[in-house]
Amino acid sequence: MLYVGIDIGSTAAKAVLIDESKTRILTRILMPSGWNSRETAESILNQILSEGYSRDEMRITATGYGRVSVPYADNTLTEITCHGKGAAFLGGDNLTVIDIGGQDTKVIFLVNGRVIDFVMNDKCSAGTGKFLEVMANRMGLTLQEFFSFAERGRDIKISSMCTVFAESEIVSLMGIGTPREDIACGAVGSVVSKVASLVSRKNSHSNGKFFLTGGFCDSAFIIKKLSEGLNVEVQTAPDARYAGAIGAALLGK
Amino acid sequence: MADYHSMWESLGMDVKTHDLLCEALPGAFGDVYLSQENRPESMDYFNLVVAEIHGLRPAELVEHKKNGGKVVGTFCIHVPDEIPVSAGAIATGLCSGSQFWVPGGEKKLPAATCPLIKASLGARFDRTCPFFRLADMFVGENTCDGKKKAWEILSEDAEMYIMDIPQMKRPEDYAHWNEEIHGYLKKCEELTGNKVTPANLRAAIKLLNLKRKALQRLASFRKLENIPISGKDVLLITQIAFYDDPARITNQINKLCDELEERAKNNVSVFPKGTKRILLTGTPLSIPNWKLHHIIETLGGAVVCEEMCTGVRYYEKCVDESGSTIDEMISHLTERYMGAIHCACFTPNHERIDDIKRLAEEYKADGVIDVNLKFCGIYDIEGYFVERELNKAGIPVLGVETDYTDNDVEQLKTRIGAFLEMLGN
Ligand code: SF4
Ligand code: SF4
Repeated sequence: MLYVGIDIGSTAAKAVLIDESKTRILTRILMPSGWNSRETAESILNQILSEGYSRDEMRITATGYGRVSVPYADNTLTEITCHGKGAAFLGGDNLTVIDIGGQDTKVIFLVNGRVIDFVMNDKCSAGTGKFLEVMANRMGLTLQEFFSFAERGRDIKISSMCTVFAESEIVSLMGIGTPREDIACGAVGSVVSKVASLVSRKNSHSNGKFFLTGGFCDSAFIIKKLSEGLNVEVQTAPDARYAGAIGAALLGK
Repeated sequence: MADYHSMWESLGMDVKTHDLLCEALPGAFGDVYLSQENRPESMDYFNLVVAEIHGLRPAELVEHKKNGGKVVGTFCIHVPDEIPVSAGAIATGLCSGSQFWVPGGEKKLPAATCPLIKASLGARFDRTCPFFRLADMFVGENTCDGKKKAWEILSEDAEMYIMDIPQMKRPEDYAHWNEEIHGYLKKCEELTGNKVTPANLRAAIKLLNLKRKALQRLASFRKLENIPISGKDVLLITQIAFYDDPARITNQINKLCDELEERAKNNVSVFPKGTKRILLTGTPLSIPNWKLHHIIETLGGAVVCEEMCTGVRYYEKCVDESGSTIDEMISHLTERYMGAIHCACFTPNHERIDDIKRLAEEYKADGVIDVNLKFCGIYDIEGYFVERELNKAGIPVLGVETDYTDNDVEQLKTRIGAFLEMLGN
């Protein structure tokens, strides 16, 4: 039996195929979630099948916002459980997992590989990937450009937590000629401080080891800023963006 | 459903708008309640009472008023029903749990007010709830800031009587609440024109204790390993207990409990083996707010207890029945209504945390969900202690904030789903 995990998030859909012994990742798939999760789910399955695997030899577990739109899944689990499991696989059994997602940001506390507690940001998009995306758009930058701008910037304070207000704050900053570098740096700082405040609400659970999952795991700048903000070295792994999918696959029975 | 339109019209209601509510309720009730499998048969009575929520009981109140009787509406479980009842009035809870009334409340109140308060004012000002038309007197209390100020607005349209509930539990506070209950008694005597005798008051205490005992008996089945009734159903019964005729509902609850006893003997459970048991704590869930129970129980959890005003705080302790004079009985009411209710409006309020821990053990809860109605500052802040102390005690806890809308259902499903998964691994 092979194990497939599908994590349909608000911006990106991730899938992995894991071998029988649940130790090796055989296939990774990454695509935009698109408008229609059902279609995205279909094309993920087609891609896996096109690699020569057959549906009968796979156990499929779906997670993420779009988990209900994967009609062929054998099982569904929430992204908290799956990210926890995936992070334990990638980074070890005793960790505080930070996942900065498109729609929400979560902090998951792992002890001996078990989720013992978690926090998610409130309903708004402060402290999430969405926040950065909106700010980048407003400045006419792609996310990648946005990060390289931020790297060269000075950390200024963006005081609005709310994405809508922060957006107009940024407009006024641009209006008075604040360099985009500084604004980008400030926006990243704002997300980091939101994450730090989520962590601090449950600080007693944390053993001081932090692990970043999700789409920002390959941004060295975010990791550096997070490490500064939390005052510890934040770890990650190349596959950390697949953590939810990996966890889902591992939890397949 | 029988046609109550002429009654509603005679009550001065906005019947057209109210019809929208009447149209929505059966669907919502069907989805949440009638879809459950293996429900006890004796739930029929409660189904009927809800199906005719704005007809059956209001018609009885109309009848009572025709005969010169009075109706007293209340908003808080600190206010003793025994007092109006002993004066021959009918007491009815008025807290409102539907989004339907919220926009009406927002016409007068800031949007950042708790939905319970907004819905209550909306129900009155929009004239879309018969209970809010029928009450001859509305009893407010200065518990939280939101209520305290909202009553000033409500009093422009309705006959209000405000009780000054202390915010601490020192001897002088008990003395003060004692005086307030005396004042309430006088007010109810004036309203009804009936003098309260010790015999009347004793009878009222007995009557309402019987209702409490029936609710306690009902709750005891939720301590069993095989739970013969869903949490949703118990919540519904508790909500109905706030406005139904006390003697009748007592009988109906006891009848249901007889059926549950049979079920218990045969180890019948409405939940599959291994279902995670959840204790809810926090702000009240007024009728028809069934949102959290529905989410938890459709995700495969079981709600086993509510440390809430629509839960054990309402029925857990009885009033001491030994008093013979009015003064003695009012002292006993003071003990019960101040000493046994641990609302976040008090400071300090350690007793609530102790209760949560005790109840978690008694009901063998696997985890606690601390529910906060949006913009309820006192419970939100107290959540700090709830979480910290439960962590210390090794009891998993999840804090959620919600309102009466359906906007956050998906997010709640993720959080609560993850919490249940966490308890299961
Ligand atoms: S939560 Fe407090 S103020 Fe509200 S009904 Fe309960 S006791 Fe009264
Ligand atoms: S839920 Fe909180 S804010 Fe709302 S009425 Fe009760 S105590 Fe007041």
